[in-house]
Amino acid sequence: MQMQPEFVEEARRQAEICNACRYCEGYCAVFPALQAERAFAEADLTQLANLCHNCRNCYHACQYTAPHEFDLNLPKALAELRHDSWDAFAWPGGLARAFQRSGTMIAAACVLGFAALFLAARALPADGEGFYAVLSHNAMVAIFAPAFLLPLLSLAVSLRRYWSHVGGGRITLGHLRHAFGSAAKMRNLAGGHGDGCNFEDEDRFSQARRQAHTAVLVGFLLCFASTSSGTVLHYIFDAPAPYSLWSLPKLLGVPGGLLLGAGALWLAALKFRADPELGAPRAWGGEMGFVLLLAFVAWSGLGLWLLRDSAALALILALHLGSVLAFFLLMPFTKMAHGFYRLTALVRDAQRLEAR
Amino acid sequence: MMDTPDIVVIGGGNAALCAAIEAAEAGARVLILEAAPKPYRGGNSRHTRNFRCMHDGPLSVLVDAYEEEEYVADLMKVTGGHTDEGLARLAIRSSQECLPWMEAHGVRFQPSLSGTLSLARTNAFFMGGGKSLVNAYYRTIGRLGVEVRYDAHVTHLELEGDRITRVDFDHEGGSHSLSPRAVVVASGGFQADRNWLARAWGPAAKNFLIRGTPYNRGVVLADLLAQEVASVGDPTQCHAVAIDGRAPLYDGGIVTRLDCVPFSIVVNKDGERFYDEGEDVWPKRYAIWGRLVAAQPDQVGHVIIDAKSINLFMPSVFPPLKADSIEDLAEMMGLSAGKVAATVADFNAACGDTSSFSPMELDGVSTTGLTPPKTNWARPIIEPPFYGYSLRTGVTFTYLGLKVDERAQCATAGGPIRNLWAAGETMAGSILGQGYLAGFGMTIGTVFGRIAGKEAAAYANAA
Repeated sequence: MQMQPEFVEEARRQAEICNACRYCEGYCAVFPALQAERAFAEADLTQLANLCHNCRNCYHACQYTAPHEFDLNLPKALAELRHDSWDAFAWPGGLARAFQRSGTMIAAACVLGFAALFLAARALPADGEGFYAVLSHNAMVAIFAPAFLLPLLSLAVSLRRYWSHVGGGRITLGHLRHAFGSAAKMRNLAGGHGDGCNFEDEDRFSQARRQAHTAVLVGFLLCFASTSSGTVLHYIFDAPAPYSLWSLPKLLGVPGGLLLGAGALWLAALKFRADPELGAPRAWGGEMGFVLLLAFVAWSGLGLWLLRDSAALALILALHLGSVLAFFLLMPFTKMAHGFYRLTALVRDAQRLEAR
Repeated sequence: MMDTPDIVVIGGGNAALCAAIEAAEAGARVLILEAAPKPYRGGNSRHTRNFRCMHDGPLSVLVDAYEEEEYVADLMKVTGGHTDEGLARLAIRSSQECLPWMEAHGVRFQPSLSGTLSLARTNAFFMGGGKSLVNAYYRTIGRLGVEVRYDAHVTHLELEGDRITRVDFDHEGGSHSLSPRAVVVASGGFQADRNWLARAWGPAAKNFLIRGTPYNRGVVLADLLAQEVASVGDPTQCHAVAIDGRAPLYDGGIVTRLDCVPFSIVVNKDGERFYDEGEDVWPKRYAIWGRLVAAQPDQVGHVIIDAKSINLFMPSVFPPLKADSIEDLAEMMGLSAGKVAATVADFNAACGDTSSFSPMELDGVSTTGLTPPKTNWARPIIEPPFYGYSLRTGVTFTYLGLKVDERAQCATAGGPIRNLWAAGETMAGSILGQGYLAGFGMTIGTVFGRIAGKEAAAYANAA
């Protein structure tokens, strides 16, 4: 598990300057954690990097940014190290390096997903109405069960590696409550004062990124709940799709898809306006690719519902399911992994706070 | 571009911005001429971190109360009475009303930073520090339609009788002149002009470091003093503290402070001690060490501690020199190994019972029979590795300034200048005749910046 030494060294250099200043300690969880150390081991820096939500408030408040000779850019130093740590912890290795950085690679994976689903739709049997008339339920399960479970296994291995790297201890309910509470409120994007972060317009505080991210998160969870409710209806209540507008899958899925689709486009627009030099510039393409993939999943899902009776159903189904397939399979190797690492880092931070 | 502003504000720090906000809110068309380029805008305000604020009861992040008489007493203690009590009380009384005004104009406060609990009752800390305050005010003046020109160097104010009739400045390679109705000077002291410092203090000042902005060169101050505008404050004095000798020449700011002196011995370049390192807790003493170091040969001091003390103070931005013997450390410092070893040995021999050592309070653990003595925290320096830092004099600000009245208005011997006001460091000498009180510079800047802005706007609007 080796991080690239130049990223570790640069993060350490900057952390030592921050530790002698401490003006930013009110902004987020990074600074109290940073100030608890006097010397920074690689594992300390990895944990700080994964705690950082890239709100950029500290950059704009900093008296030591370029052209000052100290040349501080902590959001960038931590973003570079953070991405590097995901490369290092990913299993199987190598895949993260490709997909984290390149939107083109993500697009290529999508195209492969489309092709796979086109082929499946032609070659595999159909057995019902609606989209099951294109591809049978069993065929879908055969494709998506492994495509969902294998990435989860991969993520579990990665997080296990992270946990042992940062020296995490036994996890209690209290730690989890702290971590999920922070994530649910996006506390670390609130800026400490509640005015939000400095993302899309230099030093102007705004809630935009926090709200867009919340829309994506809630939308994603609603879509996930929709699919889960469909599975329960299918297997337990013997009620296969298609479902009416007033059914649970639709009541969860339609608003979920709208939130996810709108939130992802909003995040992409914010990212276009934000300065790439305050993040990890080499990961920009991969991050943008991932956000657009999320948007595609959402809008194609909604399209599937709106055009359910049209001749284009088979086409849209292949596009939607192909993008979902790419999304799942790439989950451990794209920006999607950040949510899992971030939660893990927040759990670890809860342990630090408790031990204090 | 604004060619006919009602008011020109010279400077781009806290006082200038407060003046610009008040003037613009009163309806005046305001132009700010800031000498620094945009990344360095804000003068010394970008290095500040808090605002000393009177309050009769809990206020925003401030706990308990800090009343006028206590505040005045604190000021009297540090200035030794060198203050204009009327102006001082005006600043102190107004501070209470300023804090909510600052919040309403975008400043965000937080409870005192870790390690500064002694200020939790008296000083409101800016979340993110002074640069975040400066950013918030620039956002505010942007909304108010104030225009800012960066890299704009004012060279001359033409004083005719009792009025300023012209402002000359260099900007984008050309010389320009404006004739606004009113002018606010808020462009700081002269501490970044090292030649002026050397003339005032003596040649030793060539070895001083400037803790803050390189743009406070006192050009406007000198220009007005040459036209016999009334001045205040000791022209030879500056506020200086002891900082890490490796700090940059300018703009090192907070991270260059060294808090380890009380746990150390400090020797000069001849390897000799020169003052009681354990006289008092560091926040009360670090200002006098600026002068002590300035009085040593080459204006340098060398701090020596051992392994026992390395974790007793805030980490410094530069790692210490580190050696396994005092002799090796002395050589790394460029000092005579024999001399330093003898000084350390004498000190160690003079140390006594250290069992009541207590780093956070005056513990009375002192030397006996040593000159100069160390009267607290005197523990023998015997445990390797040994660590060394160098100390130099770091200048915070100068005391010489423009004399103003309670309306922040400047004057000549003939009476007030009808359309000239001053705020911030450039007039702070009226209130801070010597010494310094943490967070009081921002109080003076905010109170008098606001007064200057309102007065200038009232004058411009009536003209």
